[in-house]
Amino acid sequence: MESKTARFFIKSGSLIALLFLYVPLGLVFLYSFNASIGQKWPITEFTTKFWSQAWQSPDVREALVNSTMIATAATLLALLLGSLAAFAVHRFRFFGRNAVSLLLVMPIALPGIVTAIALSASLDTFGFTFGLFTIMIGHATFCIVVVYNNVIARLRRTPGSLVEASMDLGANGWQTFRMVTFPAIRSAVVAGGLLAFALSFDEIIVTNFLSGTELTIPKFIFNNLRQPRNRPIVNVVAVGVTVAMLIPVYIAQRIASGGGEVATGSGRREGPADTVAAAAAAQAGQGV
Amino acid sequence: MTRASAFFFRHRGARLGLTLGAPMLWFLVIYIGSLAVMFVSAFWSKDVFSGVIVRSWSFTNFQTLLDAPVYRTIVLRTLRLAGMVTITDIVLAFPLAYFAARLASNRVRNALLVAVVIPLWANYLVRVFAWKLILTPNGFLNWAASPFGFSLNLANSEWAIWLTFVYLWLPFTLLPIYGALERVPNSYLEASGDLGAKGWLTFRRVVLPLIVPGIVAGSIFSFSLTLGDYIVPSLVGNTKFIGNVIYDSFGIADNVPFAAAYALVPVAIMAAYLLLAKRAGAFEAL
Repeated sequence: MESKTARFFIKSGSLIALLFLYVPLGLVFLYSFNASIGQKWPITEFTTKFWSQAWQSPDVREALVNSTMIATAATLLALLLGSLAAFAVHRFRFFGRNAVSLLLVMPIALPGIVTAIALSASLDTFGFTFGLFTIMIGHATFCIVVVYNNVIARLRRTPGSLVEASMDLGANGWQTFRMVTFPAIRSAVVAGGLLAFALSFDEIIVTNFLSGTELTIPKFIFNNLRQPRNRPIVNVVAVGVTVAMLIPVYIAQRIASGGGEVATGSGRREGPADTVAAAAAAQAGQGV
Repeated sequence: MTRASAFFFRHRGARLGLTLGAPMLWFLVIYIGSLAVMFVSAFWSKDVFSGVIVRSWSFTNFQTLLDAPVYRTIVLRTLRLAGMVTITDIVLAFPLAYFAARLASNRVRNALLVAVVIPLWANYLVRVFAWKLILTPNGFLNWAASPFGFSLNLANSEWAIWLTFVYLWLPFTLLPIYGALERVPNSYLEASGDLGAKGWLTFRRVVLPLIVPGIVAGSIFSFSLTLGDYIVPSLVGNTKFIGNVIYDSFGIADNVPFAAAYALVPVAIMAAYLLLAKRAGAFEAL
C-alpha cells in the first residue's frame, strides 16, 4: 500500500530515531573507560582504573547500600499495599470506587515536583527528620501505584469463573485465594515488584527533597555531575547502575510476558507489546 | 482459618476494610494529606523582613504570580518548550512507530519495541548526562559536524534543554502512537484503496483520524513531564523554567508558600490539558 518513496522515508526516519536513542547511551558507555578527565571526543586513551576507583569510593558504597535498602523497603511495602488495593478495586463495587482508582494514579499524573514539595513540606511540618525513612515514604507512594497497575491489569484478565468454580468445589475464601487467585496473579505481582524496585533505585526528583544529607546512587550522580574532578567516577557509576538495572527489568519482562496464561487458561498470550507498554507506563511515574 | 474465611465471606464490609483499609490509609494520610498541606500553605506567606512564615489566609503569592512579569514569562517559556518538545517527539517517533506497527515482521517488531523501551531503564540522570557529553564544545556533536565544516555551540543553551527533553520522552510518545497504528484494521486501508485513494490520501483521510487519540495520549507524557522537570534545565542549560522556580523558592529561598503557589500552575495546566485530551479520546488509547 505504501509507495516506494513513502517506504524510503519511513525506513530512514526509523533509523534516525534508533540512532538518536542509542548513540547517547553508547557514548556514556565508552566515556566510562576514558583515561582523561576531560570530555573531549574522540577518546584517545582507555582505562579501567576509574572502575576500581569507583568501587572503592566510600561515597559510592554508602550510596549503593542506602539505595538498596530504600528500594527493598519501598518495594515490600508497595507489594503489600498495591496488591491489596488492586484486589479491593477489582473485586468490590463500593461508594467512591472511581475516586479511589483516580487517587491511586495521581502520583503518576501530577508532576513529580508537586509530589516532592508536598511530601517534603508536610513531613517537615510534622517533625520528621529527612533521611532514609522519609525517602522510603516518598518512593513507596509511587511504587504502590506501579504494583497496583500491574496487579489490577492481571486481575481484569483473570476470568471470575475460576473463583466461582473453586467456591463451588467447596474451597473457602482463603483456599481459593491461595490455590486459584494467587497463582493467577503471582507473576504480575513479581513483575510489579521488580519494576517498583528499579523505579525507586533510579529516583531523583522526589529523593532530592526528602533525603536531607543522605546519599543515594542518583543523588551521588546529581551532586557530582558538575564537579570536573569527580566526572570519571560519575561516568562509571552511571554505566554500572544502568547495566545493573537492566537485570531486574529483563526478569520482570520475562515473567510478565511468560507467566499467567497457564493459570488463567484464557489462551490469550500476552504479547511483549503489553508488557513493554506497562513498563513504560510504570516508568512514567518516575518523572511525571 | 476456616472460621475467619467464613466470617469474611459473610461480612462484605470486613472484606472491603481488610483489603482497602491499609492502602487508603496510606494514600489519604500521607499523599492527600501532603497535597492538602501544600495547597493550604500556598495561601500563607513569608514575611519579607523577618523571614517568618505567616500562617494566615492571603492571596499575596498569587498576586505576585500575576503581577511580576518574570513569572508569567517563565510560564510562557515553559509552555513553549513543552510544546516544541512534544511536536518534535511526535515527528521523530512517527516513522519508527509506523515501521514497527505496519511494515515489520513479528520478530522485528518485538525487537524494535524492546529497543525503544530499554533506554527508559537507563538511569534518568545518565541520559541527561549523555547529552552534556555530546554537546560540550569539543564533544561528539562538533566532532560529527566538523567534516561538514561547521561547529555548533549548544552547551548550556535552550537548544540543549530542548534536545535533552526530546531524547528523554521519545519512548513515551512512541508507544501510544505505535499502539494506535497497530489497531488500524487492514480492511479499512484496503477499502480506501479499492475506492481509488492513493497512499497519501488514505493516510490523511483514514489513518490519521484514527490515530489522533494515540498521538494525543503520547503528547500527555512529553508535555507533562517537561512541565514539571527541574533537573534538565539546571544540568544542561542555564535558563529557568517552572520547575526551577519551584525548586529555588523551596530549597534556596526557603519560601514554601510561594513554591506551593507556583506548583499549582503546572497542576492547573495539566488538568486543562487532560480535559482536552479526554475529549480527543486519548485515555482509551493509553
